[in-house]
Amino acid sequence: MSAPLLAARGLSLAFGGVRAADGVDLEVAEGEILAIIGPNGAGKTTFINMVTGYLRPQAGSIRFTGREIAGLPPRRIVRLGIARSFQIPQLFTEHTVLENVALHLAARSGFWAAFGPLLSAERRAEAMALLAGLDLAAVAHARSDQLDEGARKLVDIAMALALRPRLLLMDEPTSGVAAAEKHAIMDRLVAALRREGVTAVFVEHDMEVVARHADRVAVWSQGRILAEGPPAAVLADPVVRREVIGVEGAPC
Amino acid sequence: MRGTLTVGAGVVLLLLLALFQPWLRFVSTIALSTGLAVLGIMLLLRAGQVSFGHALYVAAGAYTVAFLRPYLGEALLLLLAGAAVATGLGLLVGLFVTRYRDIFFGMLNLAFSMVAWSLLEKLYSLTRGTDGIRVVRPSLLGLGLDGPAWDWALFLLALVAALLAGGLVARYLGSPAGSALGAIKTRETRLEFAGISARRVLLQAYLASAALAGVGGAITALATLHVTPLLAYWTHSGELVFVAILGGTGHVLGPFLGAVVFELVRVHAAAAFPDAWQMILGFVLLVIILSAARGLAGLLDDLARRLGGRG
Repeated sequence: MSAPLLAARGLSLAFGGVRAADGVDLEVAEGEILAIIGPNGAGKTTFINMVTGYLRPQAGSIRFTGREIAGLPPRRIVRLGIARSFQIPQLFTEHTVLENVALHLAARSGFWAAFGPLLSAERRAEAMALLAGLDLAAVAHARSDQLDEGARKLVDIAMALALRPRLLLMDEPTSGVAAAEKHAIMDRLVAALRREGVTAVFVEHDMEVVARHADRVAVWSQGRILAEGPPAAVLADPVVRREVIGVEGAPC
Repeated sequence: MRGTLTVGAGVVLLLLLALFQPWLRFVSTIALSTGLAVLGIMLLLRAGQVSFGHALYVAAGAYTVAFLRPYLGEALLLLLAGAAVATGLGLLVGLFVTRYRDIFFGMLNLAFSMVAWSLLEKLYSLTRGTDGIRVVRPSLLGLGLDGPAWDWALFLLALVAALLAGGLVARYLGSPAGSALGAIKTRETRLEFAGISARRVLLQAYLASAALAGVGGAITALATLHVTPLLAYWTHSGELVFVAILGGTGHVLGPFLGAVVFELVRVHAAAAFPDAWQMILGFVLLVIILSAARGLAGLLDDLARRLGGRG
């Protein structure tokens, strides 16, 4: 079997007495879409924060394409090909949606060309294509603080995709999105990921979304991986049902 | 194109004022050089950062002219030297202050400018203290001008510098790094997650602002032919911020519009109410902030939209 794209080994981080990660081993294979589920406060977001350099693990290693990245600053990690989206959308609220995406396209090349326009014909076309792929073309020229929560969430993901990452980490991509739209949005998103050949990890609370869109599921509970495997098997596991789905209430 | 038209109208208006009201030539030259410095303040305001110390770079440009004048006779070279020294100083200070944001950024800039001010005041043997240094009028493009010819030449120099700077800054603001200034204001951490150093974005703008203030200071020194430590005093820094808000930060025209109105109000108010002109300036700013948050440039934009929108 080929080496995993991302491999975390013995990853540990505690906040005071709370162990968000307690010796976690987790691998992500190139091209797969992995869902991480688990009760609130289990450490799922902490995992994303550690992989993207926002938090430094207290112990353990994170290898991306075989290279150690634990403790590198976010900027360096992004340039290696890891992008993320946020549970609460982090948009440039004075800019239009198009500009938000174009700034991320520019981040890859031409950012410091002091007198070249941000919205060059090329960049504008690339940004519009990306937005169209997520069905956001209609709001391209709206200021990003005027969108509803679902659209903001997608714009946040479009920004991360504009960095053309090899690995995309998404923190609850469908929370805050109207229930009726969740699957449509995830369909488009997953199609875009497969089209671009992007490997993805997403934190999710909606078990239907997980069952339908993930290739594999890891269950994160009290800083440990409780179970991992294909969605059908994991979601049927009685321990998982009791610890994660049952105790934490119905899928939301 | 509306922008180009407005700029053209502004240039013609200034030229007419300078032609028919000779004393306004000097006021316009000073207004344009103030506008240049305020253009730099505007860049920082785009990033949500207020510097209360940019008079430091105005003074750097002006004192460079005064110090070098005995060795250099050409105004253009003095101007370039002023810009270069201000930019160099901007790099030294900027590497430090761009680590900070908001009140810390503002106060650190203030601190540096006050250190410079006290040095200019105390190092009498070098700077002549509060007496300041007289600048012997240099030649311009090799021409030894004086009287109205010099006033005209300097006014035109200031105008060309303002047009050039305004054009470059407009291009810069439309570029990725210029556009990212607004991102520093709204969501700086996201820039880092895009792989962009927010500090480098801000430092670039800071260097540009120091250079612009340096050019403004050099032109001021050439116009007044006398430099004093007051150029670096905090009230002068405050004045630059005042003019930036008066003019508005939405368009590169704002700083110049603000500077012209500021100088005219100052001149007229000082003549009519010698004891209360600052109060009048305060009222003008109050009215602008309360009624037109986007400044004079915003007012002008709304007006142009209303006139041209339907036609």
